[in-house]
Parts: sequence; structure tokens; C-alpha cells
Amino acid sequence: MEENRSAILIPETAKIRVKDFNLYYGGFHALKDITVSFEKNAITAVIGPSGCGKSTFLRSINRMNDTIKGVSTRGQILLDGKDIYGPGVDVTWLRSRVGMVFQRPVVFPLSVFDNVACALRVQGITDRTLLSDIVEESLKAVDLWDELKGNPKQPALSLSLGNQQKLCIARAISTRPDVILLDEPCSALDPIATLRIEELMWTLREKYTIVIVTHNMQQAARASDYTIFMLDGQLVEWGPTRDIFTNPKDRRTEGYITGKLA
Amino acid sequence: MNPRAESLVSKERVVRQVNLRKEKAAVTLLSFAALITAAVLVFVFVYIMARGLAAIDLEFLLSSPVKMGREGGIFPAIVGTLVLTAVSILVAAPLGVGAAVFLTEYTREGWFSKVVRLGTESLAGIPSIIFGLFGFSFFVIYLGMGWSILAGALTLACMILPTIVRTSEEAIKSVPSIYREISLALGASRWQTVTGVVLPQAAPGIATGIVLAIGRSIGETAAVIFTAGSSLRVPHSLLDPVRTLPVHFYILAREGISSRNAYGTAAVLLVAVLLVDFVAHFVVGRLFRGRGGER
Repeated sequence: MEENRSAILIPETAKIRVKDFNLYYGGFHALKDITVSFEKNAITAVIGPSGCGKSTFLRSINRMNDTIKGVSTRGQILLDGKDIYGPGVDVTWLRSRVGMVFQRPVVFPLSVFDNVACALRVQGITDRTLLSDIVEESLKAVDLWDELKGNPKQPALSLSLGNQQKLCIARAISTRPDVILLDEPCSALDPIATLRIEELMWTLREKYTIVIVTHNMQQAARASDYTIFMLDGQLVEWGPTRDIFTNPKDRRTEGYITGKLA
Repeated sequence: MNPRAESLVSKERVVRQVNLRKEKAAVTLLSFAALITAAVLVFVFVYIMARGLAAIDLEFLLSSPVKMGREGGIFPAIVGTLVLTAVSILVAAPLGVGAAVFLTEYTREGWFSKVVRLGTESLAGIPSIIFGLFGFSFFVIYLGMGWSILAGALTLACMILPTIVRTSEEAIKSVPSIYREISLALGASRWQTVTGVVLPQAAPGIATGIVLAIGRSIGETAAVIFTAGSSLRVPHSLLDPVRTLPVHFYILAREGISSRNAYGTAAVLLVAVLLVDFVAHFVVGRLFRGRGGER
């Protein structure tokens, strides 16, 4: 953990490389010339005030913004060197490689099992033993298997909110993606559930590239390897989390993390 | 207390008393309105039932009319109504739900969706006799279907299509968009999202719309009399003419054939329509709630 936090960024080997990425909502320039990279087996936190474009940026990485009317982009986002905005990219393929967890834990009104299995079923996996193996593996990975006492057939809505969010993470990793995007995953959770999710992120970090958008400065400080600070659609500063929080280079970053800029 | 404050307090008391009186008057008037509404339904129901029940027995339901319906039963009309309704729903439901899915999930608001929506809305406002006339000149004469189940059912389908499109659209729109996002974020295609997530959640609303459309089909007279004919025989194919319950009632009453059997037919029709409404409101909701879990 320590050596990762202090490691120097080598963009060429990074899992995701973003090059001069711009996004427009119609005439509104929401993301401006973003250049940054996301390391494999590391957690990168994206922080910034509301409306700074951090969620838009996150949703650019799995092209969820495609569903919004009037969105256009310029620049590149490379996943393992392949431009995800390039011609011939199948967004359903991309989204099975890049999982996403949303702000509120939204589970389908089905059983826990079916919630995890649905992502596999849409990919055409119907083999029952394979399904239940992957479901079990995914639930174990998020620490939910024991809590369910090995009974994934119970209704997902009967779980606590914190466990529902864990279930959402299990669902997101069931397709064995490389990247997990988390959009303020703890904003609906109480502090204890929040800590559990953070612990879980540290475990998942062994296997995945994790990007988390958060409003919670302490969360970014304690639960990430790298931090990106954004303001008005621009990337202001990024680097190892410790540097950003103890020795910010930019005055605006300092203002934000010390609470002078809300 | 100074005089100014005192006058304010007394003024407030007066205002409060006036408000209280208004409130009482409103409650009285509103409950009266509600009572009259309920009374109309009860009155119509009791009136029809009182006259109709005497004519109804198993033989009335299961035998064919004799002497143009002066004697005998209404079995062919029951069969005609059921078949006509079933065929019209089989045609209109897939079309209507399909159109609703297209309008809500596959197009963004634009000129095309506006034109389609305007079309369905105008269609909903057309009197059924006009549909009858259209069905007669288009299906019966132009396409040469003659007075038949097919012509009648297609005419009915045109008539109930807007109902199904509108209710399905509302049901689909009420599915929170976050479910679509999650499904898409899991790598599902749009079609998978529609069939796997959106339609199951919208199913109760869609089903309610279809059941209401069934109710309209069963009770329709004007659109059917010109297109499905008024044959008193049990049909053997989709190209045979039929007589539905409302048409049977209409002919018995207008031509003064038998008011006893007319009321008997009306009572059967009324019970059928009320039954359909009951299914729409109670059974459909419960059926899906048990399965869906959340809503």
C-alpha cells in the first residue's frame, strides 16, 4: 500500500489514459481538456465541488453519457491502449469491462441471486452451475456471502441499505470487469456502512482499477491512492493522495481541501 | 395588550370562524357530489338487474335465440362478444405496446414522436360510430372481408389502440430511469434493458390498460354493428359474421322484439363489464405485486 501511494505515475503503463478529453452537453462545455491516467490496482478518488464535472467525467469512462441527448466528445480515453470512443467500439462490451456502482444502492426487486446473475444472463450465460459459481464468488468478494448464510435466494430488498450497496458492487463485478467506477457510493449510507464499503474497496483493489467520485474529503484522504481535483470542468491537480492532501501545489486545491472553497 | 394588537386578534378570530364555515360547506357539498356519483352507479345497476335477472338462467346463457330473440337464449352473442374481443386485443395489444416502447425508449422527443402522439390522441377522440363507418367502408367493402369477426375485430383494434398506447406509455415512463442506467451499465443492450427491466416493471400498468381496453371492446356497439354484422348463428371461422351482446340488446330493444330478453342481455353485459373493471383494479395489481416485490 505504502509503495503504491508514493509511486511515480507512468502514464504509458496505466490502465486508463485520458488524453485531452472534452465533453459538451449541447453548447455547454462540461469537461475541458482533461488529461490524466488511472493506475491498475489502485484507487483513484475524484473530488471537487458540485457541478465541477466529476460525475460526468466518471460516466465518460463507461460511456454512460451516450444516453443523454446532445452530448458530444473530443479527445481520447484509452482502456488498455484502445480508444473507447473510437470507431467500432461496442458499448455493451465496454460496459462489461468497466463496471459501475451508483450513488444510491438500487437493486432490482428480485432475489439476491438474480440481482447478481442478471448481468451474466444479458451476456448469454445460462449454465446454472456456472451462474451459481460466479454469483457465490461475487458475493464472497464483497463480503456478503457469509452474511446471507449461503442463501442468495432471499429478496434483495430485504437487505440493509449498506448491504444493498455491497450487492450492487457484487453485481458490478460479476462480469469480471477490469475497472470499477463508483459514483459517490456511500452518500446514502451511515458511517459504519461507509467504512465497510471503504474496507471492501481496499480488498477489491488487489484485482481491479478503481475510480471513485466522492464529496467526502476524509473518504478521499483515507481510501485512495491517487486523487484528482476538478473545478469547473477542468482538472486542477492530480497526484498521490498524500501529496494532494498534505502538500497541494495549487492554491485552489488547498482552498478546497481546507474547506475555504465550497 | 395594546388596542391595535387587540383588533388584530379579534379580526383573526372572525377570519377563522369564516374559514371554519367555508370548510363545513365544502365538506357537505363534496360529500354530496361523491354520494350522487355512487348513487348513479347503484341505481343503474339495480335498475338493470331488477329487470334483467328474471330472464337469466343457465338455459338463457347456453341456448340459441328463437324467433329473432323473442324466445331462447343469447349463447351466440356471448361467443361473438368473446371472440371479437379476443381477436381485437390480440391485434391491438402487441401493436399498442410496441408503439409505446418505441415512443418512450427508442426515440427522443422530436417531431416524429409528436406526430405519433398527436395521432393517438386524435384517434382516442373519434366517436366510435365513425370507426364503424370506416371499418365498414375499408375492411368490409374495400378489403372484401364482408361482415365478419375479422372486420369487426380490426375496427375495434383501431378504436382501442390509443387507450393501450397511452396507458402503456405512462406505465413505461413511470419506471425510474436509474433501473435503465443500471441495466445499461451492466452491459445490457437497449433491447435487453427494455425486455428484462423496463417491461417487467411496467407490466402492471400495461396489463391494466389492456384490461380496460377489453372492457371497451365488450361494450362497444356502434363500431361493431356495421362491421361484424348481426348474425344469430355461432361463428365457425374468422370470416363469419357475429352478433355481440350490445348489438343483440340494441336490436331487441329497438325493434321491440322482447324487452324481457333485452334486459336479460343488458344484465349479462353489465356484469361482464363490471367484472372486467374489477379485474383491472384489484386482480392485476395484486397479481404483479406478489411477483414484483417492490411496487
